[in-house]
Amino acid sequence: MAVVEKVKELEKVVSSEFKEYKRKPVADPGLDETVKKLTPEKIEKVINAVLNMRKSAATFAAPLETCIHCALCSGACHWYLSHDKDPTYAPVAKVRMTLWEMIKRKGKVSPEFMKQCARIVFCECNLCRRCSMYCPFGIDIAFQLGMVRRICFLLGLVPQILMDYDNSLSATLTQLWINQADWIDTLQWQEEEVRSEIKNARIPVDKEGAEIMYVVLGTEPKLAPQFIANMAKIMNYAGIDWTFSTADYANQSMFARDAETMQRIVREVYEDALRLKVKRIVTTECGHALHGLGYAAPPLLGWKEGPIEFLHATEFYYELLTTGKIKIDKNKRIKGPVTLQDPCNLVRHRGAGEKLRYLIREMCEDFVDMYPNREHNFCCNAGGGEIAIGPPWKRVRLEGARAKAEQIKATGAKIICAPCHNCHVGIHDVVKFYNIDAEVKFMWDILLETMEIPEEFKVG
Amino acid sequence: MYDFFTNLSIYNFVRGPLVWVAFIVFIGGSIYKIRSLILLAKKQKVVFPYLSLKYSLRSLLHWLIPFNSRNWRLRPVIAIVTFLFHIGLVFTPIFLLSHNILWHESWGISWWTPSEGLADIMTLIVISACIFFLLRRIFASEVRFVTFADDYLILAIAFLPFITGFLAYHQWLLPHKIMVILHMIFGSLMLIAIPFTRLGHMFYFFLTRAYMGSDFGYRHSKDF
Repeated sequence: MAVVEKVKELEKVVSSEFKEYKRKPVADPGLDETVKKLTPEKIEKVINAVLNMRKSAATFAAPLETCIHCALCSGACHWYLSHDKDPTYAPVAKVRMTLWEMIKRKGKVSPEFMKQCARIVFCECNLCRRCSMYCPFGIDIAFQLGMVRRICFLLGLVPQILMDYDNSLSATLTQLWINQADWIDTLQWQEEEVRSEIKNARIPVDKEGAEIMYVVLGTEPKLAPQFIANMAKIMNYAGIDWTFSTADYANQSMFARDAETMQRIVREVYEDALRLKVKRIVTTECGHALHGLGYAAPPLLGWKEGPIEFLHATEFYYELLTTGKIKIDKNKRIKGPVTLQDPCNLVRHRGAGEKLRYLIREMCEDFVDMYPNREHNFCCNAGGGEIAIGPPWKRVRLEGARAKAEQIKATGAKIICAPCHNCHVGIHDVVKFYNIDAEVKFMWDILLETMEIPEEFKVG
Repeated sequence: MYDFFTNLSIYNFVRGPLVWVAFIVFIGGSIYKIRSLILLAKKQKVVFPYLSLKYSLRSLLHWLIPFNSRNWRLRPVIAIVTFLFHIGLVFTPIFLLSHNILWHESWGISWWTPSEGLADIMTLIVISACIFFLLRRIFASEVRFVTFADDYLILAIAFLPFITGFLAYHQWLLPHKIMVILHMIFGSLMLIAIPFTRLGHMFYFFLTRAYMGSDFGYRHSKDF
């Protein structure tokens, strides 16, 4: 027994800075190898460069002078709740172990300290802003942790897989090193697939003057072409004048706080839309890139908001359904209990909660809401780059999702609707890890199952 | 020591110039701090375009009314203590009878004042809330982890004027004259400290809250 305990003790990384901070080691070359190349001088230079620039920013200065260290944000964090209220997982503790310490020591910190910072901000925080919402002062804690990510990024201390996404985006503006020929080829292949179901279906690419431009994540043409077919079916059934864009709007650079690449990604999407003279942009069922497109990048590009209206896929379905362009077949409505994962970027950061509930209630007979829900919902624990840091951190990620798992279990739902790529993958893993008997679906899956298919589209 | 504190010139200094200095530093310092933060925000360019009066007020109201935001509902004990503490902290000194008399003697102005019994209860609430916060800092692990020496310091700054005022009123522990002088020194200290310590959250609360409220409002969401 004693031996087992000793081994267990050895397995934990006990921080030399904070004795309460105990974690199991995780091998990630992005952190382990980069940290070897860092020198204290380089670290000091980067930290002070960022902090000095930020000193003149009110959104950075005010919180530091306001925070009364009350730790009332702690209960907002699913990491904290999932780890039996371990104080080192509390949002304010994360700021305390990173930013406050950097300020206190005027940037004179060791490479090991920086590695620990990188682990805290990249691997134990989703930047879901639930804590910002629970702070009595309205301090944007997630913003401060984002700043630590920025410092880590400038030092190259980014989990390797996330860094690879960022490299791919900065070199090719696609998240997975996709070339355009592959992209277009996949679209044509999917058009053929859809044509086997819908007469004369089209996936128009770069069509000038279309009403709507549809943008997706690079992962769809690369790894999940059936997602493209799903949206193409909905567009064709609804008779929308649309065009597919070959701009990848995935924004992992935003997770890494590579602000420069983040702007380029978003600018490419808007430029594509302006070139094609479309009226609106509809995005795939994805949350993070919506935040990048609509809120994170525009101020950096010098706009209050983007030049063209944009809609999330679910907001677009809501419009189609309420204007009668598509109809739900009452006989096909889903019987079993269905619950909804409110994606942070779509609900807490965009207020689409009611629209999602309208859709689900139209399509499903037995809708059970999670508790807490809407703005107060817990993050799926895959967002904010947690899924993008990849397999090495999977266990850490899933252990941090216990609060989410309990929330899902309590609904007793057999289907979980997660209208966001990150949520979808994240919840899928949570369901498997915690042995929950439920299936995860996108909103388009449920919509295609339940919608009325007009006769004229039927093939043969 | 006794002679030093009961010396009339000490009393006159504390009662006169020190209070003047305290009020000038408090008001001047606060205006300076608020003004410089607003100027910083203007320079930052991404703050003011998103600010909205409607959403700022919505957010402030929800957080200033007990149990009107989810975090207050989740933590009823802390909510009650916090609200009572702040009400006592701000309103007792303004409306207290003895302070009113001082204003009347100096400037001939006075206003509504609560009964001495009520004022006593409010003072006791502030004192016990301070002890509650202290215990929370020591025993709640999540608070202890983010507690520094200056957290105890600002708690003491808030605590001392009230405990000395309470003891002076009841003429306990130390001779009345000494206690009153200590009370006035600590009171002045608190006023001076507000703009230059994190006690400044007294003003910054409204600014940070307005920013967050507007941000969530702009996103058609809510932050309470």
